[in-house]
Amino acid sequence: MTVKHSNRRYSEITGRAVLYAILIIVAIYYLIPLVIMISTSFRDMNDIRFGHLIDLPSSFSFEAWRMAWSEVQIGARRQLGLRPYFINSLLITIPAVTISVILGAVNGYVLSFWRFKGSNIFFALLLFGCFLPFQAILLPQATVLGKIGLSGTIPGLVLTHVVYGVAFTTLFYRNYYVSLPGELVKAAQLDGAGFWRIFWRIILPLSTPITVVAVIWQFTQIWNDFLFGVAFSSPQSQPVTVGLNNMVNSSTGEVRYNVDMAGAIIAALPTLAVYVIAGKYFVRGLTAGSVKG
Amino acid sequence: MTQSPPLSEPTRAVRKVHKPSLGDRLAEQIPRLVVSPTMLIAVVFIYGFMIWTVVLSFSTSRILPRYEFIGWQNYQRLFGNERWMVALTNLGIYGVLFVVICLAIGLLLAILLDQKIRAEGFLRTVYLYPMALSFIVTGTVWKWLLNPSVGIQRFGRELGFENFRFDWLVSSDMSIYTVVIAAVWQSSGFVMALFLAGLRGVDDSIIKAAQIDGASRITVYTRIIIPSLRPVFFSAIIMLAHIAIKSFDLALALTGGGPGYSSDLPAIFMYQFSFTRGQMGVGAASAVIMLMGVMAILIPYLYSELRVKKDDR
Repeated sequence: MTVKHSNRRYSEITGRAVLYAILIIVAIYYLIPLVIMISTSFRDMNDIRFGHLIDLPSSFSFEAWRMAWSEVQIGARRQLGLRPYFINSLLITIPAVTISVILGAVNGYVLSFWRFKGSNIFFALLLFGCFLPFQAILLPQATVLGKIGLSGTIPGLVLTHVVYGVAFTTLFYRNYYVSLPGELVKAAQLDGAGFWRIFWRIILPLSTPITVVAVIWQFTQIWNDFLFGVAFSSPQSQPVTVGLNNMVNSSTGEVRYNVDMAGAIIAALPTLAVYVIAGKYFVRGLTAGSVKG
Repeated sequence: MTQSPPLSEPTRAVRKVHKPSLGDRLAEQIPRLVVSPTMLIAVVFIYGFMIWTVVLSFSTSRILPRYEFIGWQNYQRLFGNERWMVALTNLGIYGVLFVVICLAIGLLLAILLDQKIRAEGFLRTVYLYPMALSFIVTGTVWKWLLNPSVGIQRFGRELGFENFRFDWLVSSDMSIYTVVIAAVWQSSGFVMALFLAGLRGVDDSIIKAAQIDGASRITVYTRIIIPSLRPVFFSAIIMLAHIAIKSFDLALALTGGGPGYSSDLPAIFMYQFSFTRGQMGVGAASAVIMLMGVMAILIPYLYSELRVKKDDR
């Protein structure tokens, strides 16, 4: 009996060891591209040409980062580096996130507490917007942006991101608010509070968790967007994803992988930072769209 | 809650005597007014534009929209185009592999992580971070790793395997599979997160009962736990298929659709025909086909979701 028992313990321990080994190997697989990206961005080209793919760098410099940020020639643009693209991305993302989240919050508030005839149908129709393949609206949107004079401008991109992001933010807030007790609003109404007062005083203070999710979701979606950025921009308003793609594909002469990698990290840094700081909410946002609730 | 909420008593008393004041009537309309911009968005920018795209697909539009109609000619031209057929085949290969591999890896990782692992939070973070990256970034990185002369192939040869070959990126037969590799790297962690959430929701008492009956751990998983994850499978497949159909940036950054057009996808085809080749009619037709594809996946899903919700009530 004791022998059998210790055997069992033994196999359990090996089992655990194998389990941890698999998990760690998989973790390495996910991490390697990032590690290589970072280490390459600090190496110089000689080191890359003659060194190994995965190797302790024999050189260390910020040269590639400086090049990617403010020196490399991208396309025919006068300003150099990714910096102007990065600034464009900020100018697009910040207003677009703000506006779409505010719209989503008040929409969710109405759809949860102030339903009217047809509000459910409206919600169902809007839901499809979350799954819309944007190719199906690309041509009309380009035409309309041209007609209203916003073609190739940052406000045009902001408008586009708001219009096609509001379905998601509405979904987030609506699903969150329906889980709140409806008596909250009814009691406030009996006390004579109106639509906006109830929103400001009662609903909004309860909305912090879902606002974090909605902001993170919208931020990553809009920052990482490429399709709208390439279709509706001019060289003066292109976001950083487009800048990076142009930089990687348009460089003449020898490909400077260290600069490419530094550029890729620059483009990824804001969303990575959000993920590291608020990963829990990031996951909640990702899963909220698919698993109910 | 289907009607607008009742007005408070005093207001009602007043209304009996006077006609409702303008302010009151306005107040009643506030909810509708508030959602009206979004309603406009839904009607015009989503549904209106979808119809507009369908209209364009039957028109002679080239560089600019033109509204002379030519029936199904754009669709005939589309399906007569070898490049479109390659793009469709690629989407089939890529879509199926991407969905199946992501599901397999995601489920396996979720089960392994669910064994009361130390540092689970850390590992989860590592598995999931690629999802925070832009597809352009992922494409840029993998383009380098998969480049035979500097990336993995060279690394393998330097290790001493001189005949080591990994040149899928530059091979027209294999380039679409590199898109699968990069896409799985980016999205499988997300599927893991979905399954992990599902596993945490499985009723413990059923599992315990089965174990008392002498079921082995594997039987518990294959017979009880995995079947109970059916809804998660369902939503994961929808999400992944949707990502696959929309795939544009990853393939563009990784292979540029090449070599030649060997790794072209419908989304790239649509963009290039509409915006760079001045074949708007054909581009619109390809967009309509993509829309149909999404709907074919989505409508059964939404239907079953709504039906389940009704049953709950």
